[in-house]
Amino acid sequence: MRPLPVGEDALLVECASGEEAGALHAELLRRRSEGTLPGVTEIVPAARTVLLCGLAEPRRFATLLAQWDIPPMPPAMRETVEIPVRYDGPDLAEVAAMWGVTAGEVARIHSQARFRVAFCGFAPGFGYLTGLPERYAVPRMATPRTAVPAGSVGLAGAYTGIYPRSSPGGWQLIGTTDAVLWDPAREPAALLAPGTPVRFVADGAL
Amino acid sequence: MTDRALVVVRAGALTTVQDLGRPGHAHVGVPGSGALDRPASALANRLVGNGIEAAVLETTLNGCAVRARCAVTVAVTGAPCAVTVDGRPAAWAAPVTVTAGAVVEVGHAVRGVRSYVAFSGGVAVDPVLGSRSTDLLSGLGPAPLADAAVLPLGEAAGAPGRVDVAPAPGPADELVLHVLLGPRDDWFTKAALRMLAVGAYRVASASNRIGLRTDGPALERARHDELPSEGMVLGAVQVPPDGRPVVFLADHPTTGGYPVVGVVRGRDLTGAAQAAPGTPVRFVPVPVRR
Repeated sequence: MRPLPVGEDALLVECASGEEAGALHAELLRRRSEGTLPGVTEIVPAARTVLLCGLAEPRRFATLLAQWDIPPMPPAMRETVEIPVRYDGPDLAEVAAMWGVTAGEVARIHSQARFRVAFCGFAPGFGYLTGLPERYAVPRMATPRTAVPAGSVGLAGAYTGIYPRSSPGGWQLIGTTDAVLWDPAREPAALLAPGTPVRFVADGAL
Repeated sequence: MTDRALVVVRAGALTTVQDLGRPGHAHVGVPGSGALDRPASALANRLVGNGIEAAVLETTLNGCAVRARCAVTVAVTGAPCAVTVDGRPAAWAAPVTVTAGAVVEVGHAVRGVRSYVAFSGGVAVDPVLGSRSTDLLSGLGPAPLADAAVLPLGEAAGAPGRVDVAPAPGPADELVLHVLLGPRDDWFTKAALRMLAVGAYRVASASNRIGLRTDGPALERARHDELPSEGMVLGAVQVPPDGRPVVFLADHPTTGGYPVVGVVRGRDLTGAAQAAPGTPVRFVPVPVRR
């Protein structure tokens, strides 16, 4: 772990891997709920980092952090969110070709994987889900679509993501869900938050 | 029955409802949002007797006009501009009493970009995640003002401020941004870091509430691999592939994949909120002890 100062009151903790960042994030949340974390305004995990904002003494916190004993990623503290999906995306055949399997196999492989929300970004409620083995990583589309419908399930790199609302996007679309990813009137508004375990359930298999 | 509301007579180029934003939700991809020039919005609120958390209107370059359906105290701060009530000149940066039915006209910014218009009781549109701010990146909060739109007002709580005209510093001719280097200054060449300090930059016309874009010399990268997405803070100076620094403002994305050479000191962001396109920008890099 390498803490990097960010501006006046933030710290970006760089980790060796996404798993290490996930473990640090879980530990930060644990300490916050326990009341032993110094005051922060935001805890933002990402691909290999965790950003802490609003620290009164970022340098002192960096020193403390170096002494932490961080357990490996704990078993999920939350219930698994099941997302019903129809594997009918416009890029399903192309993804199948890249994986060297049939479209049906893509659905099977994807719905058997166990995912975790590594981090969010791009839009409110958009989670970057890890869980697919690296060998199934796919590139983003060379030319992003100008409008991807809400509920589209896509792949980019080894991440899976679901568009909370219609927006431009370059992920390879393999399916569709009716799950509501983002609803500001709901508590919590985001169906998926960092650390949430996720499983995709092929339509008809529920 | 009093109808505590405003009717938009002239929406202006871009007028939004803003308060202190919605911090605390960055981990689910929600930008902080909120008024860009916080001291100006706080002053406007204090002048009309509101708490600083009340929602105000933030205009862009050419002001706006609203008709008050009720008697209300109004104050305009931020970018200096002409203020009139039913065509009669009124004070800028001072509490102005407006009778029911009168039209408040906030004129073109004489200098700066964003004027703030506070009303006693505050703009009372429904909050989203605890804030009434319009977030232009993610579309949360009320839509930007449109002609004939109706905005509810809250009940006035405090007494209007007693100052006649509050001193407020006007926007400077040059935008000076102190940049605390890092977290990714090591992704740039030594020459690029020197260029950041001496390069002649100007505020680009593509600037908005998401970021202040600049025209000027490109910053050359020392590393060309892809940076995995990481959390972004307010004031981050992100350098996209074209090499021109972008300073992240209130509606900035919560994560990003371009390296951040440094972060603008919080108190300099007020100036960034008021720097019109074409304004010279001087970055002052400040090394940070690791």
